[in-house]
Amino acid sequence: MRKAFIDTLVDIARVDDRIMLLTGDLGFMILEPFARAFPGRFLNVGVAEANMINVATGLALVGFIPFVYSAATFVSMRCYEQIRNGPVYHRLPLRIVGVGGGFDYGFSGYSHYGIEDVGVMRLQSTLFIVVPADSLQLTSALKATQTHPGPVYYRLGKTERTPVAGLDGRFEPRKCVTIGTGKNVLLITMGDMAHEVLAAADVLRDHGVASTTVIVSSFNPAPEEHVCEILKGFSLAISVEDHSVQGGLGSWTSELVGRFNIPCRLTCLGITDAHLNGVSGTNIYLKKQAGLSSESIADAALKLLGRG
Amino acid sequence: MNSDDLARTVRALILEQSYSAGVGHIGSALSIADILAVLFNDVLAISAVDDPQRDRFILSKGHAALALYAVLQQRGILTYEQLRTYCTDGTLLSVHPDFHLRGVDFSTGSLGNGLGVGAGMAFGARLQQRSHKVFVLVSDAECNEGSLWEAAMFAAHHRLSNLVAIVDNNGQQAMGATQDILDMNPIDDKWRSFGWHTQVVDGHSAAQLASAFAETRRQASVPSVVIANTVLGRGVSFMENDMRWHYLPLTSAQYAQALNEMTAPLPDRGGSGVPGEEVADRR
Repeated sequence: MRKAFIDTLVDIARVDDRIMLLTGDLGFMILEPFARAFPGRFLNVGVAEANMINVATGLALVGFIPFVYSAATFVSMRCYEQIRNGPVYHRLPLRIVGVGGGFDYGFSGYSHYGIEDVGVMRLQSTLFIVVPADSLQLTSALKATQTHPGPVYYRLGKTERTPVAGLDGRFEPRKCVTIGTGKNVLLITMGDMAHEVLAAADVLRDHGVASTTVIVSSFNPAPEEHVCEILKGFSLAISVEDHSVQGGLGSWTSELVGRFNIPCRLTCLGITDAHLNGVSGTNIYLKKQAGLSSESIADAALKLLGRG
Repeated sequence: MNSDDLARTVRALILEQSYSAGVGHIGSALSIADILAVLFNDVLAISAVDDPQRDRFILSKGHAALALYAVLQQRGILTYEQLRTYCTDGTLLSVHPDFHLRGVDFSTGSLGNGLGVGAGMAFGARLQQRSHKVFVLVSDAECNEGSLWEAAMFAAHHRLSNLVAIVDNNGQQAMGATQDILDMNPIDDKWRSFGWHTQVVDGHSAAQLASAFAETRRQASVPSVVIANTVLGRGVSFMENDMRWHYLPLTSAQYAQALNEMTAPLPDRGGSGVPGEEVADRR
């Protein structure tokens, strides 16, 4: 997703000279195309995320559209107060790019896992959050949000994966994308967890279970009405995210079920404290340990349907 | 009006509003009165508050906003009626300044962030080939914040000669003397070692402040800091260097005494001319 990000950013920066790129000293072998194309508009501020947001705020106040780039966990939490008091409160077109949702950083360990970013960012109700499922959708989202007047947070997957089948790069604020038409269970996911969830849907189909997958790609605004309408057609829904079960997609879905009195049983799969035990591994391994592999998602659904 | 007269008027207005509102932070506002008077009288080029070419000012030590409101009123950016709404229900004039208020470039209140924002403005101005300057007023205790030094390093590395920091070095912070809580001294050496052109002046001398700001304009390759040695509560004998005036509102007797000590030509506000006279003591 990082290559699609930088390629698209270079494209839009060619036609909009307000766009700048700031990094907190991350993005080696990723950000160079922008730095080469626009050396005057590229700025490595050093390992100083709070200052990066403050400097970007100052740049936005005098008319620039600064993108700031770092790991999802660093750029969402080290400088959270600066984000709140700067671009969010002043409604500035500052773009925050957080790389590495969930266990993307694998062997790097706990300090690098992006497991609260969507939750904490979601609290800033005027901060538009984009969680693309693949590179094609990221490209669409970058273009769709190009002229957004307020701040945006983009959560980028670190791993390059194949496009999500059936998504076709669609991105529309306030809309989710549905894949499949099955009525036994609704699977709700975000970001590149869509890969595991769609694979789980295939496993379920092999067990005779027909599912529909909903891919949520934005919050603030989120596709509230759209997902509510879909939820009303199901008696069982499962949210699946590579994020803490607190504050992210599962919490958002629970809020919908509660606020709109939707008679649908909801189970939330995601990362809990039990999965944060110092044990390291690849992203794939860690997802499996956290019950987020396609097989474990399918197993959870089968159990809930009384077929496990 | 010269800067000294402006500072005296600003002090009187600070006392009047804080007394009326029953709100503290008086000492900190009084300590920057001379700095703001010189800046807004002699230094800042602000033809209009929305002119993109204007000099920018960020009051990073936001808790002294009352001094800023007073000087903005004296410069005709706020009306006296607006100033009188300070800390009353529905006002835009809070204890800390908010950008929704005309003349405020950036909302502050959480310490340690104004310098970084100012550095971004200065960096942007250079890219835009604009010649305006950015002034950021911080407190000495604010220099406790790591983010301030992140900004200091950034500004020096990028040779932001269009950025000027002023340290209100009053030696007091929220719970005592700075030297007892987290000693920043030698504070001038710290800034110098971070690559800033550093001057130390009497922060209550208009002549020294004006001369220091003039010197910052001669710096072509580094950012400048003016460390202004000040006295918390300056101008009111019973407030000077007494950190309780970080918090306390004035009683009516204290207000009368404080005003008595002011030799300020009070601003023409219509009415009786006695500041605070029409406002009941709320305490």
